[in-house]
Amino acid sequence: MPSHGGQSLSNSERNPGVPLQVDWFDQIAVNTPATERRAATLTTRRTVKKDWQAAWLVNAIRCIDLTTLAGDDTDDRVRRLCAKARRPLADHIMAGLGLETLHTGAVCVYPTMVPAAVKALAGTEIPVASVATGFPAGLMPLPLRLAEIRWAVEQGADEIDIVITRAHVLDANWSALYDEIAAMREACGPAHMKAILATGDLRTLRNVYKASMVAMQAGADFIKTSTGKEGVNATLPVSLVMARALRDYGTRTGVRIGFKPAGGMKTAKDAIAWQILMKEELGNDWLRPDLFRLGASSMLGDIERQLDHHVTGRYAASSRHAIA
Amino acid sequence: MPTVTEILETMDYGPSPEASGEVMAWLKARGTFGHYIDGAFTKAAKTFATANPATGEVLAEVAQGSAADIAAAVKAARAAQPGWAKLAGHERAKWLYALARHVQKRERFLAVLETLDNGKPIREARDIDVPLVARHFYHHAGWAEMLEDEFPGAGPVGVCGQIIPWNFPLLMLSWKIAPALAAGNTVVLKPAEQTPLTALAFAEICAEVGLPKGVVNIVTGDGETGAALVAAEVDKIAFTGSTEVGRAIRKATAGRDVKLTLELGGKSPFVVFADADLDAAVEGVVDATWFNQGQVCCAGSRILVQESVAATFQNRLAARLAKLRTGDPLDKSTDVGAIVDATQLQRIRDLVAQGEAQGAVLHQAPAQLPPLGCFFAPGFLTNVAPANIVSEVEIFGPVATLTTFRTPDEAVELANNTRYGLAASIWSENINLALDVASKVKAGVVWVNSTNIFDAGAGFGGYRESGFGREGGREGMRAYLSHPATKAKPEAEAVRLDAAPVPGAPSKGPAPIDRTAKMYIGGAQKRPDSGYSYAVMAKGREIGLAGLGNRKDIRNAVEAAHKAGGWGKATGHNRAQVLYYLAENLSAREAEFTRRLHDAGIPKPADEVATAIRRAFYYAAQADKFEGAVHATKSAHVTLAMPEPFGVMGVACPDAAPLLGFLSLVLPAIAMGNRVVAIPAPSMPLAATDLYQVFDTSDLPAGVVNIVTGAKDELANVLAQHDDVAAMWYCGGPEGRRMVEGESTGNLKSTWCFANHDWKGTDGQGREFLLRATQVKNIWVPYGE
Repeated sequence: MPSHGGQSLSNSERNPGVPLQVDWFDQIAVNTPATERRAATLTTRRTVKKDWQAAWLVNAIRCIDLTTLAGDDTDDRVRRLCAKARRPLADHIMAGLGLETLHTGAVCVYPTMVPAAVKALAGTEIPVASVATGFPAGLMPLPLRLAEIRWAVEQGADEIDIVITRAHVLDANWSALYDEIAAMREACGPAHMKAILATGDLRTLRNVYKASMVAMQAGADFIKTSTGKEGVNATLPVSLVMARALRDYGTRTGVRIGFKPAGGMKTAKDAIAWQILMKEELGNDWLRPDLFRLGASSMLGDIERQLDHHVTGRYAASSRHAIA
Repeated sequence: MPTVTEILETMDYGPSPEASGEVMAWLKARGTFGHYIDGAFTKAAKTFATANPATGEVLAEVAQGSAADIAAAVKAARAAQPGWAKLAGHERAKWLYALARHVQKRERFLAVLETLDNGKPIREARDIDVPLVARHFYHHAGWAEMLEDEFPGAGPVGVCGQIIPWNFPLLMLSWKIAPALAAGNTVVLKPAEQTPLTALAFAEICAEVGLPKGVVNIVTGDGETGAALVAAEVDKIAFTGSTEVGRAIRKATAGRDVKLTLELGGKSPFVVFADADLDAAVEGVVDATWFNQGQVCCAGSRILVQESVAATFQNRLAARLAKLRTGDPLDKSTDVGAIVDATQLQRIRDLVAQGEAQGAVLHQAPAQLPPLGCFFAPGFLTNVAPANIVSEVEIFGPVATLTTFRTPDEAVELANNTRYGLAASIWSENINLALDVASKVKAGVVWVNSTNIFDAGAGFGGYRESGFGREGGREGMRAYLSHPATKAKPEAEAVRLDAAPVPGAPSKGPAPIDRTAKMYIGGAQKRPDSGYSYAVMAKGREIGLAGLGNRKDIRNAVEAAHKAGGWGKATGHNRAQVLYYLAENLSAREAEFTRRLHDAGIPKPADEVATAIRRAFYYAAQADKFEGAVHATKSAHVTLAMPEPFGVMGVACPDAAPLLGFLSLVLPAIAMGNRVVAIPAPSMPLAATDLYQVFDTSDLPAGVVNIVTGAKDELANVLAQHDDVAAMWYCGGPEGRRMVEGESTGNLKSTWCFANHDWKGTDGQGREFLLRATQVKNIWVPYGE
């Protein structure tokens, strides 16, 4: 799947899903210490420096789902976020990097903020992502959750980040989990669906793998780690397991699933780390916004400061950069 | 150089070279290095060049150590040793602490220097080697501090000659020097000729911290320098390197009363069961096989995968292999660096080519190798029969074999189908299976669901031809300590055993019933293969006949001992029961044994029998109490140090104390689960052969103790040479000790040779016997969910 400079690409391929296949995952072995060892050395085995580091940070911006999911979000706050999504770097940095266009992968907001975001991003290729299904806990009656999806899609959301019922994973009630996600997928219609597994609630890496596989079988276009509201959000070991799950799903079905770590990633260093994981475990295609997103809000500010330093040679102050 | 926009298309990593300016400036400033002897660098006479294998660039000229240099270094070490040993443990601890600190302060310098000289990736030198070096010195600063508490009565060995390989130059230096100094020894260390530079930098660090002169001496040079060190007047040789050189060192030190530890080659199995986390296991191969270009003695170089997952595993392994980056060792994103030198590169090429010629299929990373330097693309070999050369011979390069197995039993059989026994890696999510296999593989280090994990707090070392002795932890300290020498009681020269009848005088009384002492093999009395017997004489009178054993009797006894493998798996309690029972039955026949010894002219026979009974009680008591340890290593790891029996041991008993000497050696060996082929006192074997009936009535399983009577040294020679005897104890004169040590090189069996001593006192029993009857297996079990 070719990709282009600063251009947005929602994953054009959809995941049609497959019937629930428990035998694809119920015997899965995930060794936690070994997974943690691999995760811990990913960033000691690879590094990017100088122009490569700059390019990788720019790439991270292309993949960021610039997010605000706060109780005090307002239309104006969302407009400000969208402005930053359209123009994530100061002009002198863009010029210094030799870039003409650049925008984030998407903006991600609560459903009631979708209209404001759609309006603010009119004329751009930046998709609007909306969380839905009783985000973040998801403990609402299913019809209401499905209605929430439909409402957000009607308001113009291009992507829907759904949350799963964690209890179905903890109870190993795979058919209930599958049916729920499949129904959500149907409710999404043309909007791409990211399934948030809330891995911090699932606790074990085997649970993470199993939930990933069910979500993909039920038609998720992306699997996403966290809402940002769990006690533990995106971690490299969890991401490693999800990456391997989507690799395995791809091997079985030929369908490529996207991955979105979210929550807790705040630094440019994090942005590099997750990209190294993608490149090493899945390949370059998973460094494009159609298959990879970083769910983050403050990360962009740190990246901008690093890039400012790269361009000017002086350490930067965030007060000189536009806030999101 | 590509623009940011272009990089955005390729998303390459780009170059990320570690700066080497500081180190190159140091090398330039030094130019030529002499040896570090007696606290100062000598002026180099004859020199050789050491080069960067990644580029061919000469880094420095280094002195070629002569026998005179070695002699000077040993002399300096000898002179410094008493003073160093006399220091309080705390004082030595402070020196070791300073060395640890300074290694840390020079961490990047040492890492870059190591990478330049050796070719290993900077990531490994920086993240693995150098931190482990510092850890080793810290850990042993602790042993110095606690020495008197933890090893009461022990003292240093003296002057240690240490010879280290080129694969982990500074790390192996620390493994050698830290425990030696902690124990109060002084050292002469010879680094490998390919990689002398970090040792020389370390010498500068010794000078920097102000270490007393002569405590650490470093002499550079090649194999000849090493041979000179082995030949020198040292008290211990510690060697890490090839099995071939290890053999030569064993030969050269035979009979010299030189304490010896050998850490040699390996062909370690990497066993992947169907229920393993296959991705974790694939990543394990990266760390087991391709780590340090595969130039690792404990490399997991034989990958064994359960058939049902073999295809998936191989696909994933090939995919992972394709991601490896081979090239500039100084680049921070390099996985596989340069092979240490052209000779080693050629050896790898030749072995892989031979393997291919014998049918193996090579799968290599599609790596773009640098045009210059010693590089070999990492890979693995499939379609490898056990008879293929690459299954058997250590390649010492980034190439493993990949074969399949069907069942856990077969996995163990294949894992142990090697002359080596250094390490093993076992992958399964089933703890029952993993620990079962861990207990069955013949290896000194076993990693469960992990590989190549090291820590100063755990012992490292091999079984079989991978050597003997441990480095690290409490086990490692023991190798640098000695206990006050037991007082030798030299025995009379062995007399030739005569098969001719001994003329006697006609008896006046009624005829006694003739008793025949035969061989005791596999729990049955066997006639000697030779058909000859010899007269056992006492006070000029024949007191009985004993079989003249020969090599075939030894062969049969060893086979019988192997069949009694269940003994090693029995619980300590079971073995204790048998030993108590043995004591009970011996006690019931105390008078008869006393009379027998008396008739043989043995002084204080009642005393000897009573002590023998007590000894059986002592080892019965120890059978379920001599135990291992759980080492404090890394967090979320259980590191078990388990003493295991060797298996089949040969024991040549003293001529004196024919009953007590025999039991003092046989009992500790079998208490630990070994099976024994024993050669009893040639002058009075009847004390031992009388024990058949005691053994038979004590529930001692057949084959656990086998007795072959006859000429001690002739039989001991066969045992020493026997490749299926794992360890050998020999009590006797210097000539016999030299013979046993020298002849043991075939399978590099562990030997313990000593002069006869008093068997009734404290020298006759104790933990030392149990330590010598076991080898420690360290099992690493990481945990976490």
